[in-house]
Amino acid sequence: MFRIVTARTAGLNIRQFTVEAPRIARKQRPGQFVILRLHERGERIPLTIKSADPAAGTITIVVQAVGKTTSLLNCLEAGDSILDVVGPLGQPSEIRKYGTAVILAGSVGTAMALPTARALKEADNHVVFIQGARSRGMVVFEDEVLAASHEAYILTDDGSFGERGLVTTKLNDLLAAGRKLDFVLAVGPVPMMRAVAQITAPLGIKTMVSLNSVMVDGTGMCGGCRVLLGKQSKFACVDGPEFDASLVNFDVLMQRNAMYRKQECQALKSFEQHKQEELAALRAIAAHPAPEEDRHA
Amino acid sequence: MPDAPPVAVNSLPLKERMKIVRVRMPELEPEVRARSFDEVNLGLADAAAVTEAARCLACARPGCQTVCPVGVKIKQIVALIYAGDFLAAARKMREDNSLPAITGRVCPQESQCEGGCVLGRKGQPVAIGNLERFIADFERQSGQPALPAVAPSTGASVAIVGSGPAGLSAAGDLIQMGHRVHVFEALHELGGVLIYGIPEFRLPKAIVRQEIDNLRRMGVEFETDVVVGKSVTLDELMRVEGYDAIFVATGAGLPVFLGVPGEHLNGVYSANEFLTRVNLMRAWRFPEFDEPVYDCRDRDVIVVGGGNTAMDAVRTARRLGARTATLVYRRSEAEMPARAEEVKHARREGIEFRMLTAPVEFLGDTNGWLTGARCVRIELGEPDASGRRRPGPIAGSESILPAHVAIIGVGTTANPLIQSTTPDLATNQHNYIVADPETMRTSKRGVFAGGDIVTGGATVILAMGAGRKAAKAIDQYLRAG
Ligand SMILES: Cc1cc2nc3c(=O)[nH]c(=O)nc-3n(C[C@H](O)[C@H](O)[C@H](O)COP(=O)(O)OP(=O)(O)OC[C@H]3O[C@@H](n4cnc5c(N)ncnc54)[C@H](O)[C@@H]3O)c2cc1C
Ligand SMILES: Cc1cc2nc3c(=O)[nH]c(=O)nc-3n(C[C@H](O)[C@H](O)[C@H](O)COP(=O)(O)OP(=O)(O)OC[C@H]3O[C@@H](n4cnc5c(N)ncnc54)[C@H](O)[C@@H]3O)c2cc1C
Ligand code: SF4
Ligand code: SF4
Ligand code: FES
Repeated sequence: MFRIVTARTAGLNIRQFTVEAPRIARKQRPGQFVILRLHERGERIPLTIKSADPAAGTITIVVQAVGKTTSLLNCLEAGDSILDVVGPLGQPSEIRKYGTAVILAGSVGTAMALPTARALKEADNHVVFIQGARSRGMVVFEDEVLAASHEAYILTDDGSFGERGLVTTKLNDLLAAGRKLDFVLAVGPVPMMRAVAQITAPLGIKTMVSLNSVMVDGTGMCGGCRVLLGKQSKFACVDGPEFDASLVNFDVLMQRNAMYRKQECQALKSFEQHKQEELAALRAIAAHPAPEEDRHA
Repeated sequence: MPDAPPVAVNSLPLKERMKIVRVRMPELEPEVRARSFDEVNLGLADAAAVTEAARCLACARPGCQTVCPVGVKIKQIVALIYAGDFLAAARKMREDNSLPAITGRVCPQESQCEGGCVLGRKGQPVAIGNLERFIADFERQSGQPALPAVAPSTGASVAIVGSGPAGLSAAGDLIQMGHRVHVFEALHELGGVLIYGIPEFRLPKAIVRQEIDNLRRMGVEFETDVVVGKSVTLDELMRVEGYDAIFVATGAGLPVFLGVPGEHLNGVYSANEFLTRVNLMRAWRFPEFDEPVYDCRDRDVIVVGGGNTAMDAVRTARRLGARTATLVYRRSEAEMPARAEEVKHARREGIEFRMLTAPVEFLGDTNGWLTGARCVRIELGEPDASGRRRPGPIAGSESILPAHVAIIGVGTTANPLIQSTTPDLATNQHNYIVADPETMRTSKRGVFAGGDIVTGGATVILAMGAGRKAAKAIDQYLRAG
């Protein structure tokens, strides 16, 4: 059991949790993630580690509610527990002195990109952070973005905050202004990452994308997270999650992420109808942990 | 079923003994079990077990024992069953085999103990696996498992990485020797392949869990959610956490794909993923459990491979409601490595067998969903290094097998997470850990390894045997250095 120490709302449907996980806190590197399972009947989902405090033995995660598991997680408060948290998983971001490093992130992607941005800044890069969101309510962690970068831009689709436009609008602006960009990292929805790759690949700018494929174990055991890089198959959980954007087959990624859409919708709908019961059940199980079958035996 | 003969085993004339027919294992009806995850085999009744035990000739040189990889004292155990002392039989069993309820169910008996039984030369061998299962179940249900005594503490502590059969059997032996034992497991549930791979209908999880509870009661500590190599390295376990020795038993968990076009289509699974979703995550109970799996109801499923993994996947698909569940294997049935009993069960559950066939491409619709597999027919040529005849495609034999789901169960290989973070741990060219077959020592001082991570995918009993050897070697190392 992994206890939640603090919980707060960071934006629309976005919550931040600090969780006791001493082993993970000691080993975490920027770009790595955890896999968690909320309760005995729960699924395993991957979430990026936003920061870690080895001395306190805690890690911080940020969650955007998109389906059942993330919605239930976002109902939790300090004092609640998560049944399983395993990590740190995946390869850390490659931190080097590139020169000018541009980070493009879509709302919750901001939290995912922050540790890498910080590390790039510490490695003496000039860090440009471009945050995009659908609207004002989904703009998150502005202060931390400012602290982790030398230049920061915020864009919203509807213009309700910052400039109106997409992150790629700003990227094109920078390029049009003749800025020399040495490294790009894009973290967000697949169409956004693909759009970034289409701009930077022809220019030969080293570009990494953080791929959010469907995962189960996170240790290389199932192959469910496989992504196609050129003709090569890679496992996002152990070889990634960051990959060279110019090689990624984004169509295959989108297609594979749609594999369980039917079941995901069913689960979310049922969750919305039984939210309070689900939450109560989770807390009851947390009070008496025992494998599910044993409880019914 | 005849009642037990009311005589001691040796007084029953040989001829009479040989007249008794092998007792049939009662099983769920094929129509029922093809829709249920309940265990297929129902177990022998007491009297039936005694009758079966009466068949044993009590050979002077029991062939059965020499081929059991851990040398179970089969002859004595069968005699105790015959005498009706089932608990004594179970105790005798545990001298060599600490997980009889599991091996009785999953050992490939036809190529091990029963393959060596003299009765098998002319007729049916003694049903050693069924008897083994019987005494283990009897002991468990009697509520008096004979927990072995634990020696006084030696003060030494051992870390075991991986909770599959190799790790569990090493843990059981080391705790008896008086060492502190801490098992690290990457997944959230203990048991390795016994939990995430082998399905409930062959090996109920409650049985595995009970064996683990027994170890816990003997003092073994378990920690799940720790991926050694990621969460903590071997060096840190020794230097920072103070373990005196480590046993690496991480199995061969990495799935192998075919490398043919179309393997990224939705509906194409590795057997590991399919079985993990269904077994570990209980996706067969979706939506009651959250993890989904492809809805196989009224769909066509093909499974590629001929081993236990492929057989488990195809029978699982059947239970998930598949309209057709077809096993596609590139050799012939005689070469299939799966347990004979599973092949028999699968047939009766309506699994179709397409032997001498191999997929060369997966086909999909415009949205990326699988629609079928282009397959070639295979002919067998000269024997290869493994002694099996080498398969080769027959020109012009291509045909399309329609499928919504294709599951690849052609084997697994070593998981590299520990090797890649332990530079001084020697591995072979396939990334398996190199360990001495007798002492289980690796190139790194204080680190031992065994089970599938050393041998490649093998069997439960061989992994257990490796765990026992490792425990002995670690004990010696801890005492002598
Ligand atoms: C390595 C990695 C790191 C991740 N880090 C984070 C993180 O730090 N914070 C976070 O909130 N999420 C993160 N994700 C995504 C997160 O794992 C998924 O949002 C989560 O699994 C969804 O689970 P669910 O049951 O709530 O929704 P599901 O029922 O699984 O999905 C609901 C719907 O949302 C869609 N969806 C799934 N994932 C995403 C996504 N990433 N973006 C937009 N739509 C999606 C699905 O296709 C589906 O239609 C990460 C994913 C990966 C692979
Ligand atoms: C589907 C299937 C069916 C089978 N059926 C049979 C059968 O009927 N009969 C038979 O005899 N054999 C069968 N086998 C083979 C048998 O299960 C294996 O040979 C045996 O389980 C190997 O045992 P092990 O302890 O070496 O490894 P495993 O059982 O693989 O256990 C290894 C454990 O280590 C964990 N681990 C891996 N890496 C790490 C890490 N870095 N840190 C922490 N933990 C880690 C894994 O999660 C796993 O729990 C089957 C295998 C499969 C896959
Ligand atoms: S352990 Fe396996 S091979 Fe040995 S006697 Fe038991 S069932 Fe047979
Ligand atoms: S070989 Fe067969 S008959 Fe002989 S002792 Fe073993 S089980 Fe009995
Ligand atoms: S999530 Fe299973 S291999 Fe990556």
